[in-house]
Amino acid sequence: MLLVPCPYCGDRDETEFAYGGQAHVPYPADPDALDDAAWGAYLFVRDNPKGAFAERWVHSAGCRRWFNVVRDTATHRVQASYRIGEPAP
Amino acid sequence: MRFTFDGVEHAGRAGDTLAAALLRAGVDVVGSSIYRGRPRGISGAGAEEPNGLVQVELGGGSEPMLRATEVELFDGLAARGLPGRGALSPAPDSARYDKAYAHCDVLVVGCGPAGRAAAEAAAAGGARVIVAESRPDRAIAEKGELRMLGRTTAIGCYDAGYVVLAERRTDHLGAAAPPGAARERLWHVRAGRVVLATGAYERPIAFAGNDLPGVMLASAARTYVERFGVVPGRRAVLFTTDDSGHAAAAVLADAGVELAAVADAREGVLVRAAEGERRVTGALVGDELVPCDLLLVAGGWSPAVHLLSQAQGTLRWDAGAGGFVPDRAPDGYAVAGAANGTYDHDACVAEGAAAGGGSARNGSAPLRRAAEPATLVWAVEPPPGRDWEECFVDQQRDATVADLRRATGAGLRSPEHVKRFTTIGTANDQGKTSGVVALGVLAELLGCDIADLGPTTFRPPFTPVSFGLLAGRDRGALSDPVRTTTIHPWHVEHGAVFEDVGQWKRPWFYPRDGEDMDAAVLRECAAARAAVAIMDASTLGQIDVQGADAETFLNRLYTGDFSKLAVGRCKYGLLCSADGMVLDDGVSMRLAPDRFLVTTTTGNAAKVLDWFEEWLQTEWPELRVHCTSVTEQWATVAIVGPRARAVVGALAPALDVSNAAFPFMAIRDATVAGLPARVCRVSFSGELAFEVNVPAWHGPALWDAVWAAGEPHGITPYGTETMHVLRAEKGYVIVGQDTDGTVTPQDLGLSWMVSQRKGDFVGRRSHRRADTQRGDRKQLVGLLPEERLPEGAQLVLDPGAPVPVPMAGFVTSSYDSAALGRPFALALLEGGRERHGETVHAPLEDRTVAARVVEPVFYDPEGTRRDG
Repeated sequence: MLLVPCPYCGDRDETEFAYGGQAHVPYPADPDALDDAAWGAYLFVRDNPKGAFAERWVHSAGCRRWFNVVRDTATHRVQASYRIGEPAP
Repeated sequence: MRFTFDGVEHAGRAGDTLAAALLRAGVDVVGSSIYRGRPRGISGAGAEEPNGLVQVELGGGSEPMLRATEVELFDGLAARGLPGRGALSPAPDSARYDKAYAHCDVLVVGCGPAGRAAAEAAAAGGARVIVAESRPDRAIAEKGELRMLGRTTAIGCYDAGYVVLAERRTDHLGAAAPPGAARERLWHVRAGRVVLATGAYERPIAFAGNDLPGVMLASAARTYVERFGVVPGRRAVLFTTDDSGHAAAAVLADAGVELAAVADAREGVLVRAAEGERRVTGALVGDELVPCDLLLVAGGWSPAVHLLSQAQGTLRWDAGAGGFVPDRAPDGYAVAGAANGTYDHDACVAEGAAAGGGSARNGSAPLRRAAEPATLVWAVEPPPGRDWEECFVDQQRDATVADLRRATGAGLRSPEHVKRFTTIGTANDQGKTSGVVALGVLAELLGCDIADLGPTTFRPPFTPVSFGLLAGRDRGALSDPVRTTTIHPWHVEHGAVFEDVGQWKRPWFYPRDGEDMDAAVLRECAAARAAVAIMDASTLGQIDVQGADAETFLNRLYTGDFSKLAVGRCKYGLLCSADGMVLDDGVSMRLAPDRFLVTTTTGNAAKVLDWFEEWLQTEWPELRVHCTSVTEQWATVAIVGPRARAVVGALAPALDVSNAAFPFMAIRDATVAGLPARVCRVSFSGELAFEVNVPAWHGPALWDAVWAAGEPHGITPYGTETMHVLRAEKGYVIVGQDTDGTVTPQDLGLSWMVSQRKGDFVGRRSHRRADTQRGDRKQLVGLLPEERLPEGAQLVLDPGAPVPVPMAGFVTSSYDSAALGRPFALALLEGGRERHGETVHAPLEDRTVAARVVEPVFYDPEGTRRDG
């Protein structure tokens, strides 16, 4: 079980959180400007790296706030966590 | 201490394990093997035992597949041997199980020399320490912040120092167990550092007859002498590959065992076979048959690296240690002692102290390692007249060298494949003695180095645990929270049959004397259509959305246009996910220019609130909006039917309930039955309906008042089944029943709810994708079948088509209708809107039912009944 560093509450067990997939995939400013392929990529295509991965988590059973985590997908080591709107380290 | 085994009474001593007591009592054969029925006895002394499987009668019930080597004797213990498998008791487990959660700086697993040293060093450094040890005879004194958990096995190691421990608390006490005490406790420990001092398991050697009772690991025999004072035989032969076998034999000799012969593989002397029927009677040492009743086997040591491997540590073959040893330990883990391939006592203590004190590098090399490679003997070619089929590798699975030869003969190379083909290592001992032996034999068969064959994956649990322990107290009513409305006691009192909707208990229907569900639902439907009926709608999710940007926010999420919704009015809304599929639906009320009350499906309330928060926090943090769940704050009673106006009018004399003054989709604050209430004219049935909301604690008072006011009109309570029929007759969908996450508003015929003018909202772009515009998408239709169809029934266009018949859709809702006097259904059907008037077919198990495709509005399509 991961130990997830909530930027608001501190380290908490993974079971308090829900996972939100890849971070920094913003809703397109003008969806109509995208063709079907580009819109489909926004909807369905995500990175799947072995190594550092910026991903979204929400502290569902705690402060209920969303934030971002950089986690190594091979070792599960959490390298950073930061608030929404802050740049990825 | 008296105990019975297989119905025979024996005497044992306090401190014995059942295995020790059986050896003391001279019981050779404990059970039989799973497939071949061969006699099996005690061959080990701990968790590694593959053979001594017993079923024990314990406080909570009869427990199968326990290892006699780990069952502690108590007075009156009753056990029986097993033929390789046991049977779970069909009776509920009456024992109590607890869970505990703990944090510490250092968790030490194992309290041998290395573990003790680690604990001492950690405690000396001021750390908060937990020590877990399986064996009851090993412990370290508790002091300061050092906590000793005895009879406790680490069963799983996970990320970031998360370790799960199983503590056995009462089994060893027998009848003396305190009443009500938890039998076992599951510890969830989060440790800053974990020191694995789990020791090593001695390996057997695969020679003919090596599974006979009396063939025993040398270290186990030594344990029986030193720990229990039991001499497991009178005349022994030693078959060893290392010095530890000699040390064990010396201990037995001191205890009076005659050492008849020594076969030291380092000198080229091998035991080629064991002779005997029910117990070993001789060992073929080289070419000489040496009579004996005990054959000690010392085939080298395998570090207990299971927990490290579970935690994603890596292993490597170490020739000097003759085993797989830790290579890299994950963050926060350190390994010490025999688990690290270190077999010298002083070196184990030094490693433990370094690991406990935090100075050990992760996965550091053992301090003292043999200069020479260990001598390895995996399997011994059977003498003439004997067979590889008698050379057992995994005794619990009855798998032999012959099975491994078959596997490689069939072309298998990977240990993972061989494991699955032979089942070696898959029994409840998880290959503690057989895993590495199997790899060694495999390497010989493949002509490769064992170092090139990594061990198969170790998975939790390290030793078997009962389901009761994992469940803890989360059983029965405590397995999940049960939510009930404030009106719930009335439903119980009036005989409602309940349905689970999410965590809610909702009345399903209210059967009268002798009615089945169909009869009750037809009666309840008729009451709602012809007179007046009431339903407890308090479970609908309610979210209070407030803030200057609330309208903007809802416009970005819902398909409809909220800018045109006036204060005091409500509207039906649809939520889509970004892929354009329907996510939820519900009525939203505008209470003020900057305040909305949004309702959701009962089962989706939490999901919708999470959806709101996700978009607010991650995409639109600039919006000034706050969302609060208020589901629990309100009790809601739906009053439905042509007489509903009379009932509400009687209860709220100050409220003008006429259609002109209180039109459809309007909201009024009013006093109803003397209670402050919010009344909405919404309808999920097509009938005139009022939904009255009062603060939750007034729910029972409101319900009673409505009940009394409705009695002259024949008011009838109805449940979710009637609600479903009434809405289906009108073609109103239920998200999650008529939709499954692949259905757009357009598929449902709800294009009119999708605003084309207000600008972007979540899901809108997807409604223009080529895929969502296909004409042959599954669309909502009504069906008039020859008989009531089962929900989920598949639909085909031509039942005579060759198999496989293309599936054209499926039934999502199906009921008998009182209003129609016939069965009807809703379905998702390919190109369904173009098929009105056609006949489709539902192939059932023994017949095919035809159904006519119609508009999905069966009742009052003009909507004349809505206003009463």
